[in-house]
Amino acid sequence: MDAVIALWTELPVVIQIVMKIVAIMLPLMLLVAYYTYAERKIIGYMQVRMGPNRVGFFGMRLWGLGQPIADAVKLMFKEIIIPTGASKTLFLIAPMLTIGPALAAWAVFPFDAGLVLADVNAGLLYILAMTSLGVYGVIIAGWASNSKYAFLGSIRSAAQIISYEIAMGFALVGVLVAAGSLNLGDIVNAQQGSVFHWFWLPLLPLFLVYFISGVAETNRAPFDVAEGESEIVAGFHVEYSGMTFAVFFLAEYANMILISALSALMFMGGWLSPLPQNWVDGVFLLDDGFQWLLLKTFAFMFLFLWFRATFPRYRYDQIMRLGWKVFIPITIVWIVVVSVMRVAEMPWWFN
Amino acid sequence: MKTITNYIRSLFLFELLKGLSITGGYFFSRKFTLQYPEQKAPVSPRFRGLHALRRYPNGEERCIACKLCEAVCPALAITIEAEPREDGSRRTTRYDIDLFKCIYCGFCEESCPVDSIVETRIYEYHFENRGEQIMTKQMLLDIGDKYEEQLADDRAAQANVR
Repeated sequence: MDAVIALWTELPVVIQIVMKIVAIMLPLMLLVAYYTYAERKIIGYMQVRMGPNRVGFFGMRLWGLGQPIADAVKLMFKEIIIPTGASKTLFLIAPMLTIGPALAAWAVFPFDAGLVLADVNAGLLYILAMTSLGVYGVIIAGWASNSKYAFLGSIRSAAQIISYEIAMGFALVGVLVAAGSLNLGDIVNAQQGSVFHWFWLPLLPLFLVYFISGVAETNRAPFDVAEGESEIVAGFHVEYSGMTFAVFFLAEYANMILISALSALMFMGGWLSPLPQNWVDGVFLLDDGFQWLLLKTFAFMFLFLWFRATFPRYRYDQIMRLGWKVFIPITIVWIVVVSVMRVAEMPWWFN
Repeated sequence: MKTITNYIRSLFLFELLKGLSITGGYFFSRKFTLQYPEQKAPVSPRFRGLHALRRYPNGEERCIACKLCEAVCPALAITIEAEPREDGSRRTTRYDIDLFKCIYCGFCEESCPVDSIVETRIYEYHFENRGEQIMTKQMLLDIGDKYEEQLADDRAAQANVR
């Protein structure tokens, strides 16, 4: 063990960082791949179907677990079509601009106490900045495609993302007030105790607003007018095929996982155990740890799919109304409430 | 008062939770998907699939070339040519069905006075080359010979409503 640590510390810092990045990226990519499988399977089950169950490994079916691999291989071998009227450079940059921030946001994400790639003090701000950057990819994709459907889709999606960004930002201000820190690790540590010490209870309206805005931010059902099949085919990525399309797809799912993980981190106590600390101290799996974060993240990821299986698409003006006239007032009011609770040192969250 | 309760209900996402509970319930319910190539849906005796020409039990073909099926066919899918055979009986020399034209309405079967042209339960077939969609007399008779038992059973089961 000591030899391994010694070897590790002798590596150049750049290689250390690259290896850490790979250690985060690989499981994330695998999770994205199997999230698409889970989506088809779960929505299938909710529609009383079976979902994909044919593609397996080595001649065995295994409930269709080979499906995402088959899909990925298919997309990789497909031709990347660049429309004649498209602006080629921007057309190819757009998917990278979308996935870049979606992955970069994970840099400040703490997976366990102290287990974080970059322990930035302004972590929350960084994440807000990174998730907002994703909209540029969408706008550029719609513009560079030189197609009216793509353009309409990107306008819709940009307007929607920007509107919900505000509500989301305000919800995060609430978390900031409650935790007194922008560092994600400190935010989790401020929630120590048990389920009832987590921020979801004092910040319940903000929690709901945050998660629903997150659904809108990622352009997922019921807020998926940006790719409303019935109106504008597939929205901003109609003209994309093969790997360029796959990258948009990856980014969307990586964003969903990010929003789920952030909700778990900021409102559900991250890696903290829901049971009181003195019960679970040192008990295997029940004690605080990565497994709790994973469980909570999966729960939120499941919610995304559950929403998609349940709710019909919002009308565009209703989406705007919800964002501007419902969510923003609620968050502003609740920020005041939280601030008062904070100043009054209300037990037992803020003392 | 009503508006206030409405506000509260929408604020607490009452209806959304109700919708979620319904889909959540279906998530755990039994799935009735048929895994097609392994499991197959039951087929009615009235099913109208691939065509066949039947024979009498003594081996004589039923068709007497009355051309009623050709006349009734709304898609003009049937082509019949007929001539007297050596023994003087009237028989078809050509009986072609173009399966691309056929709409599987079953009128040919209904119009047939001798129950010769029938539609079987076969619904899995395909063509790989142009021209294969024309079912000739011999092909139709072969299908009839192969499935005669079932065809007879199906006709017997439906005899009271024909």
